[in-house]
Amino acid sequence: MFRRITEPDAETVIIRFEGERLKVAAHETVAAAVLATNPEFTRTTPISGEKRAPYCLMGTCFECLMEIDGEPNRQACMMIVTDGMVVKRQTGKREMPE
Amino acid sequence: MTKNFDVAVIGAGPAGLAAATEAASHGLSVVLFDEQPAPGGQIYRNIEGVDRRRLGKILDEDYLKGADITKAFRASSTNYHSGATVWRVDTDGSLAWTNGTAAQITNAKRVISATGALERPVPVPGWTLPGVMGAGAAQILLKTAGMVPDGPTVIAGNGPLLYLVANQLFSAGTEIAAILETTRFRDYFGAARYAFGALKANEYLSKGNRMMQELKRKGLRVQSGTTNVRADGNEKLETVRFTANQEEYEIEASTLLLHQGVVPNVQITRQMGATHEWYEPQRYWRPVTDEWGATSVETLAVAGDGAGIFGAEAAAAAGQLAGLDAAHRLGKIDELDRDVKAGPLLRERNRLAGVRPLLDHLFQPTDDILRPADETLVCRCEEVTAGDIRECVAEGATGPNQLKAYTRCGMGPCQGRMCGLTVAEVIADARDKPVEEIGYYRLRPPIKPITLGELAAMEDAVD
Repeated sequence: MFRRITEPDAETVIIRFEGERLKVAAHETVAAAVLATNPEFTRTTPISGEKRAPYCLMGTCFECLMEIDGEPNRQACMMIVTDGMVVKRQTGKREMPE
Repeated sequence: MTKNFDVAVIGAGPAGLAAATEAASHGLSVVLFDEQPAPGGQIYRNIEGVDRRRLGKILDEDYLKGADITKAFRASSTNYHSGATVWRVDTDGSLAWTNGTAAQITNAKRVISATGALERPVPVPGWTLPGVMGAGAAQILLKTAGMVPDGPTVIAGNGPLLYLVANQLFSAGTEIAAILETTRFRDYFGAARYAFGALKANEYLSKGNRMMQELKRKGLRVQSGTTNVRADGNEKLETVRFTANQEEYEIEASTLLLHQGVVPNVQITRQMGATHEWYEPQRYWRPVTDEWGATSVETLAVAGDGAGIFGAEAAAAAGQLAGLDAAHRLGKIDELDRDVKAGPLLRERNRLAGVRPLLDHLFQPTDDILRPADETLVCRCEEVTAGDIRECVAEGATGPNQLKAYTRCGMGPCQGRMCGLTVAEVIADARDKPVEEIGYYRLRPPIKPITLGELAAMEDAVD
């Protein structure tokens, strides 16, 4: 979907997106890091299960909801990547914890 | 941590930064909350961290101007909270916010809301497909991550940002398949009578003209008078279809960037119950404010595009004016001192505002997105189409708030940010009433979703 025109500089972090190991620029958002991998989609909706991807990237539309470090429904465009972060697509509604 | 401040500012764009810097310079204690990780707002997003060597030229001098305002802010005594979401503001000046872990309460004597603008949602058929996003969103990725769309890209709509983003993405190496202007030749005639007033802020006109000429010089396909833009594809964008000169066209594309101007972000001013007015040329709501940004709510001022769209430089002036007024109201400067300091700011803001009637009439939102076809999804969260809304009106729904009970429209996580304007237009049209009469959603806190965990972790949680 997106490609980098600047090389991630010296500062990088390692995150995992759906199991894939990604070396990404520190200080960028989870949404940016994921969009650079051509993810096809980043969530499915709770209503129809339709596939969606980020739309506004400024915290308004909530299309970028993902599961980040085990926490569902996080806005990926508002969170900065950190080393060891585990990112997954949000699938429909969040599950209620047991 | 101190929980009581003279002034609380919400938002770290030009208006918020200028307001905080000004208020703090008069000896007021100031706290600023901003959702983003760094100051700058959307217009100066990532101004402190941007790769100037690679991106400085592409993003241009108007963007780089943001460095001065953030520097002055950093040097001020403002207590700055980045990554902080304000989810409730009461009229007594108490603000509830969260850093993502624990909710907290902070009290202020005066609140300056500087939450700026958001891109007007552009509901066209297929706008929920992955690959379709706002033009501003693509610009944010360029500023913050040095990324551009990969593959053929179509940019559709109207407004100054459309041309700016098209130029920037092209310079950054994006394959621009087409620029689809919804602006028609006759729109220029309609707007022409505002041209004289706009000469006061001639720098905007010459920049706009330069941007449009530049696109043509680069040999890009620019199609004027485009209607019926739609996104098609199997689970992702593959084809953009549109009508121009009574003919149907289609273009293969992997990215479609939609833009039809920006509108004030009214979540906080609405939640606090400030009086709003309808601005007809751009068909948006804005809080009623005086020259200082003061609203109908005693403790609340609004600075910047949140009070109506005037752009970044006017926003910085408005922020300073709101900061000055706060210093006066809280006894730091007398009225004369305030007015003398405000003089040049008011003159500059009025000069910059001179260009708006022209832009606002030239780049009006188009009928097909104000009142979309039945099949088009209006509420992206709860998946409610324009046809669903019309059916509800036929069954007796009279306004946006009743519609919630029928459909949950506006009750998803975005809380109406993406559908509120469209819903009111569709209902107004179906009922043959002015939008002003139909109104807007009643916004209640929390104005951004927070978890029970964040609430439970609140320091002063009541048992």
